[in-house]
Amino acid sequence: MANSRTNKHAYVRYAVIRLIQGAITVWLIATATFFAMHNVPGDPLMDEKAVSPEIRKNLQAKYGLDRPLLEQYGIYLSNMIRGDFGISYAQENRRVNDIIREHFPVSAILGVLSIVFAALGGILFGALTAINRNRLPDIVIMFLVIMGISVPSFVFAALGQMTLVNVNAFFGTSILPVAGWGSVSHMIMPSLILGLGTMAFLTRLMRSSMLEIDNADYLRTAISKGLPPTRIFLRHQLRNAILPVITVLGPSIAAITTGGFVVELVFAIPGLGRYFVQAVQQSDYTVIMGTTVFYGAFLVFMVIVVDLLYGLVDPRVRLD
Amino acid sequence: MEASFSFERTETIARAVTTTRPSLTYWQDAWRRFKANPRSLISLYIVAAIGLFTLVGPWVWTINPMQQDLDQISVPPGADRRARVVEPHVRWATTETNNTTPSTMSTTPLAVIGEATTQAVRLAWKPVAAASGYRVYRGIAEPTSPDALGLPLTDIVNTKITGFEDRLDLKPRTYFYSVVALGSEGFELREHATLAVKVIRVITVNEAIARGLSQRDGPSLIGETVYLDFHPLGTDYLGRDMLARLMHGARVSLFIGIVAPFLYVLVGILYGSIAGFAAGRWDQLLMRFADFVVALPFLLFMILFKMIFNTEPGESGIFAMLLAMILLSWPATARLVRGQILQIREEAYIGASRLLGAGSMYLILRHMIPNTMGVILVTLTFAVPGAIFTEAFLSFIGMGVAPPNPSWGSMCNEGIKTMLTAPHELVFPAVFISLTVLVFNLLGDGLRDALDTRMRSD
Repeated sequence: MANSRTNKHAYVRYAVIRLIQGAITVWLIATATFFAMHNVPGDPLMDEKAVSPEIRKNLQAKYGLDRPLLEQYGIYLSNMIRGDFGISYAQENRRVNDIIREHFPVSAILGVLSIVFAALGGILFGALTAINRNRLPDIVIMFLVIMGISVPSFVFAALGQMTLVNVNAFFGTSILPVAGWGSVSHMIMPSLILGLGTMAFLTRLMRSSMLEIDNADYLRTAISKGLPPTRIFLRHQLRNAILPVITVLGPSIAAITTGGFVVELVFAIPGLGRYFVQAVQQSDYTVIMGTTVFYGAFLVFMVIVVDLLYGLVDPRVRLD
Repeated sequence: MEASFSFERTETIARAVTTTRPSLTYWQDAWRRFKANPRSLISLYIVAAIGLFTLVGPWVWTINPMQQDLDQISVPPGADRRARVVEPHVRWATTETNNTTPSTMSTTPLAVIGEATTQAVRLAWKPVAAASGYRVYRGIAEPTSPDALGLPLTDIVNTKITGFEDRLDLKPRTYFYSVVALGSEGFELREHATLAVKVIRVITVNEAIARGLSQRDGPSLIGETVYLDFHPLGTDYLGRDMLARLMHGARVSLFIGIVAPFLYVLVGILYGSIAGFAAGRWDQLLMRFADFVVALPFLLFMILFKMIFNTEPGESGIFAMLLAMILLSWPATARLVRGQILQIREEAYIGASRLLGAGSMYLILRHMIPNTMGVILVTLTFAVPGAIFTEAFLSFIGMGVAPPNPSWGSMCNEGIKTMLTAPHELVFPAVFISLTVLVFNLLGDGLRDALDTRMRSD
């Protein structure tokens, strides 16, 4: 009883420390982004049209660009703590917060769907290859896995879109929409494509962790006790083999969000990734800064959440 | 069994161990194991072939990757290259006065005058009594309804003119021309005629000579068939040679794919070994900083750094990409090397060497570096696909190599726009990226199996 309480205590302590570390990391990311953006040549008010010095001065005053750098940094940080990322330079009537609020859910839905797909597929195929080691299913799946790791996401996206075009043309009706967003049928293909790379990676990981467990003592014990094979497979093999897969889910979210940029571009999905790329092409400074800090914070906290969940699932994890 | 034993002295001198083969060094042994794996050996050959393609290719296939061949735009490999030499184009002066119907017009309402070539297609039609004008359409598929005739080319509001010369971007293919009579208000009447016209490719005599397509010159060339420039892998949407662009693009992609990992692994080795040797508080501090760099959203900061190291017009942007990649990618290697060094420091053989009087310089050069070299080499091999992907991603979203410099990623970006009509423009660069990443992955697997001592029992 006392032991479990100290464990609980240790867990809370660990969680608090991780959260504080995460907050510091986010602050550093925000600082790095701020100073990086201020070193970008040119300035946000530069336009094709020649602007007279007076107008330029007024504009700079309007956006606070005439103040000393450290003061600007202070304003930037205090605004950010209050959750305000400013106004877009390119679309003057839109706040960065609105852009994030409107478009991030789209990216999030896409990301969650593809993570679910990648995790399910990875665990299923990984277990399948491990059971059929060196037999046909193993060879075929591992070949596909190598393909999945080697082909860039935009090629998959293009191939997926081409397949949809051909399938729709073959049936003469729209089975699945080729591009766009709005309904469930729009989500299927992009999230499949987005999850492919991660799924290949997870399959490989799942396979090796299944094979490692093959030699474990507790498995031999379970077999010699005469437990039914399905029970051995589900309770002893699968459950233990899934643990390493859960650990990499955190970093995988990072891979999925950035892969999302490409999929959103190709499938014309109004997600945040597409707006980020657009902002970069238009040098929309506030949107770039806001999105970078937002994504950075999101990734940092996703990794922490996954680590904390992992600590709950696997009691062997050392909390330090 | 005999009950009694009798012990005798044996000769012991000749019993010493004799070495029948020279002992293998670590690297010889690793190479032997590497050779035994056909998969890694094949991938090594393919890496060599890609290297040859990149380095020697442009010397063999000397076409300029930026030169446009405007007669062959988005041409797939193996396309027909024949073109007939004709005289320079002269304006069809007869259009306005030509109300005399050609003899063939007695049966068809619409006809081609002369020959339909890529230079010009000349149409003439029977006048329609009620018409106050005509509209000419051009389609690339057989019209299925009067509402889908294709691209409207012109409106003719003069009833005297019953002819039209089309010179708009003609390709050697079949077009479907439709002429619709217009009513007094400019509305389309029901009367219309459609004609399928097969256009043949021609080239003017001056151009054929200027491009050196034939040895002969002068008017004797007219009517001859010449062959346009040969593009083994076709051309892209601007008529540039795909093979030449793939070769020059390989230089960019592989340069970044190999040099960037090499440099950041080097930085990582230095940083990691300093942290490993320093140990204690300095080690903690250095590794905290590495943790922070790891936490940065990689591709977002790649883009930010690309913007900071802004490229002047005319620069390729390769240097900026290289610098950004080095700044962001070193921590993984630094962590690995630090871990290795901390581990090796505690090994018994280091202690033994030290007991025998070895200095730290000797220890580093003779024991630490050779023992981490295997791990570093494997990391390096696996880092190449990552760098190639990063370059391709950046070029794909338009933040990579500045046009007109080709890279495999930017070629994919351009190819994806025409993938339905000219899939080869996407397929070739995509295949090259995938093949390169694949063989470096397999090579990394092979190297890991060959170099990792823990795998040896397997």
